[in-house]
Amino acid sequence: MYWKFRKTVPYVVLTLLAIIFVLPLLWILLASFDGNASQAVKMPTQWTLDNYKVILSSQTNQRAFANGLLISFGQSVLVVLFAGLAAYPLSRYELRYKSLFLYTILFMTSLPITAVMVPVYKMFLTIGLYDKTLGLILFLTATSMPYGIWLMKNFMDNVPIELEEAAWVDGASTLASIRKIIAPLMFPGICVVFIFTFSGSWGNFFIPYILLQTLNKLPASVTLYQFFGQHGMIIYGQLAAYSAVYAIPSILLYILSQNYMSKGFNMAGAAKG
Amino acid sequence: MNKKSSRLFAEARKSVLILPSMVLLLIFFVMPILLTVYYSFTNLALSGENAKQLKFIGLSNYVSMFKDRTVRISIVNTLVFLLGSLIGQQVLGFLIALNMRNRNRIFRGIVGPVFLAGWIMPEVVVALCCSTFFGDEGTLNQIFSFFHLPTVEFLFAIPMATVILANIWHGTAFSMMNFQSALDGVPADIEEAAKVDGAGPFQTMLRIILPCIKNTIATNTMLNTLSTLGVFGLIYMMTGGGPGTKTLTLPIFMYRQAFISQQLGYGTAISMILLVIGIVLSVFYTRVMRKD
Repeated sequence: MYWKFRKTVPYVVLTLLAIIFVLPLLWILLASFDGNASQAVKMPTQWTLDNYKVILSSQTNQRAFANGLLISFGQSVLVVLFAGLAAYPLSRYELRYKSLFLYTILFMTSLPITAVMVPVYKMFLTIGLYDKTLGLILFLTATSMPYGIWLMKNFMDNVPIELEEAAWVDGASTLASIRKIIAPLMFPGICVVFIFTFSGSWGNFFIPYILLQTLNKLPASVTLYQFFGQHGMIIYGQLAAYSAVYAIPSILLYILSQNYMSKGFNMAGAAKG
Repeated sequence: MNKKSSRLFAEARKSVLILPSMVLLLIFFVMPILLTVYYSFTNLALSGENAKQLKFIGLSNYVSMFKDRTVRISIVNTLVFLLGSLIGQQVLGFLIALNMRNRNRIFRGIVGPVFLAGWIMPEVVVALCCSTFFGDEGTLNQIFSFFHLPTVEFLFAIPMATVILANIWHGTAFSMMNFQSALDGVPADIEEAAKVDGAGPFQTMLRIILPCIKNTIATNTMLNTLSTLGVFGLIYMMTGGGPGTKTLTLPIFMYRQAFISQQLGYGTAISMILLVIGIVLSVFYTRVMRKD
């Protein structure tokens, strides 16, 4: 009896916890298809796609999604490019300042960016980058550089140097060997950095909220908040649909990253055999 | 060219590829940190008399900060939010990870993603679905009234507890994953041996499992502390720091001072508290990582 009890308790507790955890999200899912959604989770009395139609057909929203994609994509490309280049000397050469640089980078990965946003706002006003998408992308890129470089360097360390030596003998330049040998071999690692950056950027609310102002430049994270603040408490169905659409990239990217994570850390096979 | 300068030249040539990142980091990362320190000693403002000329005012911002009751309130609030989130996320994350071990695969496959979902969701979605979940007519109150319990105006009556719960909902999976991989690393034979020697589950936990994963507990606590200190959006969207000053944490207070009261200098001085705590913890974190 006691043993049976001990075996079932974890199942019961975990199930109860899981139900509590799933309820807030279940609301989004059900309310988004509900013609008369309320604040609480309930089965829709009339199933409808109208909420999604309204949200997706609004030009403001389309624009917000496009802005979000542009910002996240721009940032991720820049992070992969710059971090990839920086990782090469850090991974391949003996440099005297190397460990100092790497520990500074590691140190930077954990600093709370929130603390510097007020000065950044003032700085952007002064140098004319305030309310510019490019300025926002550059700042976001810099905030992701530390962990980007850190990850890229570790992934690159796993690519065996022998393959490159062969390319050097054939007269390949550094850039050519990065492009033709290292990049393809650490492709899963590059994907991990790209996906992490992209989903971090897609979910970021505070930085674009501070650095952008013009309505048609704002990404979906900020416009969803504004929608929520303005009439979210009334049109629950549309609010839920908006959130669902906005959450889709985050979910897809997470699933994708799981796929690449395992591959990213197992790339050392190239020189064997 | 002598030997030393030619070596420097070789190092510089090798480092060319780091240059773009270095420039970007200097302008958009190091510079803001230096400016934070500098502005906190000035009267920088967006409007009014002070906006016309930037003056160095020494420690004035810091002196007013020590006299400001709201600063004290927001430091306390930040600590409460931090401790509540840390304890909640880690205890819950640990218990889930521990109990998920050795469960049947189908069960893990269904329950695992449920916990992960809250973590994957972007901050705005978290704030939103927690606001409705804890709303006056939200899911939780519906459950309460179903069981004939009195309903609670969560966001007004117990706003701090509510935002902490929201943050726990969001962050638990991160701790859960860290603890899962740490628990996978606990050697099964030691655990078995302890059981054979007659150690109960409590003793096994205290003497075997916890010592084995203490490094994970330390790094996990530090990473969670650093990210929790910077939480802005979640609280801002759920309560705006209110009602009154009940959920006013340092990031929200900093934001209010800088952008609502338009006192950038004073706002920056407040963010210095965050920055200093962040720097101290990061140094600590880097040293721990360095030893590994």
